[in-house]
Amino acid sequence: MMNHIAIFPVILPLLTGIVLLLLPGQQWVFKRCISLIAVFLQIIMAIMLIGMVNQGEILAYALGNWSPPFGIVLVADRLAAWMLIITALVAFCALVYAVQGTDKAGAHFHTLFQLQLFGLNGAFLTGDLFNLFVFFEILLLASYSLLLHGGGRLKTKAGLHFVVINLVGSTLFLFAVGTLYGLLGTLNMADLAVKVANMPEHDATLIRIAGLLLFAVFALKAALLPLYLWLPAAYAHTTATVAALFAIMTKVGAYSILRVYTLIFGAQAGSAANLIEAWLLPMALLTLIVGVLGAVASSRLRQQIAYLVIASIGTLLTAIGINTEAGITAGLYYLPHSTFAAAAFFLLADCIANRRNVMDDQFEPGPTIQQQRLLGISFFILAILIAGMPPLSGFIGKFMILNAALSHPALPWIMGVMLITSLLTLIALARGGSMLFYRAQAPHICSIDPEADKLRSLSSVVKELAPVATLLTLSMALVLCAGSATEFTSAIAKQLLQPEMYIQSVLNMEVKQ
Amino acid sequence: MELLISLIIGVLTASGVYLSLRGRTFPVVLGLTLLSYAVNLFLLVMGRLTIGTPPIITETATRYADPLPQALVLTAIVISFGMTAFVIVLSMKAFLEMGNDQVDGKHKP
Repeated sequence: MMNHIAIFPVILPLLTGIVLLLLPGQQWVFKRCISLIAVFLQIIMAIMLIGMVNQGEILAYALGNWSPPFGIVLVADRLAAWMLIITALVAFCALVYAVQGTDKAGAHFHTLFQLQLFGLNGAFLTGDLFNLFVFFEILLLASYSLLLHGGGRLKTKAGLHFVVINLVGSTLFLFAVGTLYGLLGTLNMADLAVKVANMPEHDATLIRIAGLLLFAVFALKAALLPLYLWLPAAYAHTTATVAALFAIMTKVGAYSILRVYTLIFGAQAGSAANLIEAWLLPMALLTLIVGVLGAVASSRLRQQIAYLVIASIGTLLTAIGINTEAGITAGLYYLPHSTFAAAAFFLLADCIANRRNVMDDQFEPGPTIQQQRLLGISFFILAILIAGMPPLSGFIGKFMILNAALSHPALPWIMGVMLITSLLTLIALARGGSMLFYRAQAPHICSIDPEADKLRSLSSVVKELAPVATLLTLSMALVLCAGSATEFTSAIAKQLLQPEMYIQSVLNMEVKQ
Repeated sequence: MELLISLIIGVLTASGVYLSLRGRTFPVVLGLTLLSYAVNLFLLVMGRLTIGTPPIITETATRYADPLPQALVLTAIVISFGMTAFVIVLSMKAFLEMGNDQVDGKHKP
């Protein structure tokens, strides 16, 4: 039973999705319960998986008992377990928000939600490059439909751009995978790492091209400059729950970059060693600048958060781009923080927008928000969190990244960009917050709409803020347990920078007959 | 034959890129379809072109065709087929909701 744990996080959401599809349409209570229980089980599984890989074991699981490199393997190491737990926690909070009513806007919300998790978990666990493509497609197909959840003109327009750019990305992915297979004759990542390290000299250029093509695809998923243009509209116009879940989706790109360019094109890769080192850091810093400038110029709260997601990806990839153990450690600590913060902010933005009638989330003086104290305090805390001010986890994350950059030759650039963008983030959020909360006027017309009355009551706000508070608690936990969290992320970084262990445990695994 | 196949892949890719950069949804969808045809052919050729050789082990055969790219292509075809269907429906929806078939959704007077 324990041997099979690596496949459970993939199988469970798939089965749940299918079961939800078979249920008759009107049983919302039942559907919501099943969906919540399934995501809760995924949290438990991820915790168990962390317990199992904590000592540095790498669990390889051969699907259909085909021994690698011929069959497809799932590989659970520390990084995969770390990504799984973050995904499950964010998904749970997003789902708690969704079951309060937004899930009813589309008949198959819960099915799609589970299939999205199926794709995400699979992408984190797979040890095969083509299988990674397949899981990317699964999570994208689910995300296309989730993005359109609820319908509307703006969603359709943003969705069309999102779909088209990702289809082009998938084509590029296949070209890169095809080239690698044609030259090296394998798609298993561990085997690829061995073959790339011993590649013949006359193939080196083509392999480097394929590697860089892959980087373009992952950069597109991660919304790295200049491939970020699809993100602001898509994230700003979709439903809050979906946007909160999508906070983890850009991290799939970052995860793939981290995995492929430490394992296959890492320091050991011969003439393709450290393939993207020259590209990653400058592009990440530029992404950070563009993201923050976008946040300053935003005219709506959700648009601002979407740009802050881009900025957080810039920060994360800066940390990875430093390409040392300390840098990766800091990046992996910053990753859950930025995911939780962005998800919580999207949910809060929805709470605020629902209470401003026609003004929605525009940065213009509008009516006074009901329960503005509670919402205002939440906004303030989240703003501090996302801008990276002490005492919350954003501060520790950024401090660790800057600390890791101290020995890097590009230190002035990293320092300058990170500190100035932090200041700009603060200014942007202060402007947004004062527009929403301070410059509000009492409404001229007293509404006697029962729906509005419901939104006014304290209990409704508390209910809606519960998932936000949970995400905040998780960020607080990252601060309080910063010692053990950084210990774990540093262990992940060590494991990533010594890919021999990974290669050994995949290629030498014993397949039981 | 290698030259012919590579020419076909090149032409398909070039047309696909050109069409997917157009401003209306129908050429974009066509372009994406052409791109997926190109990449499917490309994947197939990555197993090298062989004629009349078996893909599984037999006693008499001396050369083999690589069966893996064929499996990859099959997967890629299924996925791109599904995606094409989705993007067609989505562009129909966009046309009906926005009243025109521009990708950026803007009316041209």
